[in-house]
Amino acid sequence: MNHALLVHSAVNYWPLLGVAVIALGFVLRFNPVLVVVTAGLVSGLLAGLGIPELLALLGKSFLSSRMLLMFVLTLPAIGLLERAGLREHAQQWMSRLHGLTLARLLIGYLLLRQLLAMVGLTGVAGAAQTVRPLLAPMCEAAADKIRPGLGDAERERLRATAAATDNVGRFFGEDVFLALGAVLLIQGFYAGQGIGLSPLSIALWSLPTAVAAFVIQSLRVWRLQRRLQQAADAATRGEAH
Amino acid sequence: MLRIQLAYWLIAALLGYSGLRNLLERQWSRAAFWLLLSILFGGGDWVLAENAAGRPLPAQLAGGAIVALALLAPRLKHGASSQEGTPEQRQASAARLGHRLFLPALLIPLITLLVALSASLLGDRLAIGSHRLFAPDQMTQVPLIGLAMACVAALLAAAAISRSPLRDGPAEGRRLLDTIGWAALLPLLLAALGAVFTHSGVGDIIASLTGTWLPTGSALACLLAFALGMVIFTVIMGNAFAAFPVMMAGIGMPLLVGMHGAQPAILGSMGMLCGYCGTLMTPMAADFNLVPAVLLELRSPYGVIRAQLLSALAILAVNVVLMWLLLFRH
Repeated sequence: MNHALLVHSAVNYWPLLGVAVIALGFVLRFNPVLVVVTAGLVSGLLAGLGIPELLALLGKSFLSSRMLLMFVLTLPAIGLLERAGLREHAQQWMSRLHGLTLARLLIGYLLLRQLLAMVGLTGVAGAAQTVRPLLAPMCEAAADKIRPGLGDAERERLRATAAATDNVGRFFGEDVFLALGAVLLIQGFYAGQGIGLSPLSIALWSLPTAVAAFVIQSLRVWRLQRRLQQAADAATRGEAH
Repeated sequence: MLRIQLAYWLIAALLGYSGLRNLLERQWSRAAFWLLLSILFGGGDWVLAENAAGRPLPAQLAGGAIVALALLAPRLKHGASSQEGTPEQRQASAARLGHRLFLPALLIPLITLLVALSASLLGDRLAIGSHRLFAPDQMTQVPLIGLAMACVAALLAAAAISRSPLRDGPAEGRRLLDTIGWAALLPLLLAALGAVFTHSGVGDIIASLTGTWLPTGSALACLLAFALGMVIFTVIMGNAFAAFPVMMAGIGMPLLVGMHGAQPAILGSMGMLCGYCGTLMTPMAADFNLVPAVLLELRSPYGVIRAQLLSALAILAVNVVLMWLLLFRH
């Protein structure tokens, strides 16, 4: 007990206030950019960093992750295509394809996204590249086939589900890919501990959960479709009586 | 030689253009926001090089610019509408152009794929004369360079198919950029926050806190603490990669591998996946959860998280059960 107390007194708990700033800021709905920067400043200062040091650390790590803004390069092309009616065309095309239901569309996309991520191609799809211009309008059109005249809240739910499916597919595919990110980080960590592992042996163990993720997300999509169907059936029964 | 810097300069150019257009329209805050960001992107490599050479002043100025961006962010109002033209115009254009509209949109994934594949298959044989197409130190960046090339090709194709002047491309891009607004910045800021948290020892604190109450003799308790720690830590940091080394050093290596004999490959792989479930639940993973909500024009910024929360919890449950069944099997 004494030993544990001794260890504790050496740890500086004050930087945790940065985490509190984040939680409080998000709950109170302050502007997230302001919240995040404030949390960084609070944590850094409480950890004893000087202001010049802290600013340099912020600047350096911000600039090192510039690739995260890469998606804005898709915007000129996507914007031009949207003005020319890309989303409208995706919707019209979808409503003509009778065999392609909402569930089949989303599950097919999920499978493709997982397989592409497994071979390291995470950047080929995404919210800006594929979900906003293609997948989301197609989902709305597919839902319109089941139940015409959906409300705004239901349309938002469909679009959110499209984005969620994109995320699940990407996450539980990319961890299987050998030469990037997660697998190399895990291998590197163990190498530092003196345990040698091949990337393949690490990557293969993410397959069971990748399959589980596919099944779970597919089930949820299928249930969403069934709920729409039931609502539509109830509506027609209501009209018949 | 193609380098990732070219892509960053393209981004800087688009940001600068958006800033100037806003300046002309007297949208002062928005103009300052995009122009400042444009300068950060354009000068980024120089700043990083100076910092690495032991001259931190440019990096400190960049940090100051980030604080200024944070002060500007609450003043940005979201752009009025992200749709250009009337619905009737777009319907007519859609009917006229038909499937041709898909082509430029599909060029983005297709060219990215081709560039990435040819670079990994051909490697240094990819050359024009004696000049290699990609510098040796740029090989990990090739998919990103491919994405940038694909975006340029898609813009050319989109302009050709819709018979619009090329300059409409940046104008439309700026319209979408104004819609996204400050949300575009969050992923980068959260990465910076992660670095500050790591530097301030937030990880060590959390690891030491878990260590105090954990009944270390029970393998199941250790496993649950590890899995839950990965999720919670990822939710706080927004990134499973930041959580992994901390939880592994705190619980994974000493208790699960050392004391209870867990198999390292399975622990590493499936342990990381606990973190991925956390990523699906947190606004801190802004690029996956908040930016799409803005792009899809959801009223609540948490709409995407709400849609994937149940999936994340179910996947997490399956993952933890699998770990319990597989980890200690010999």
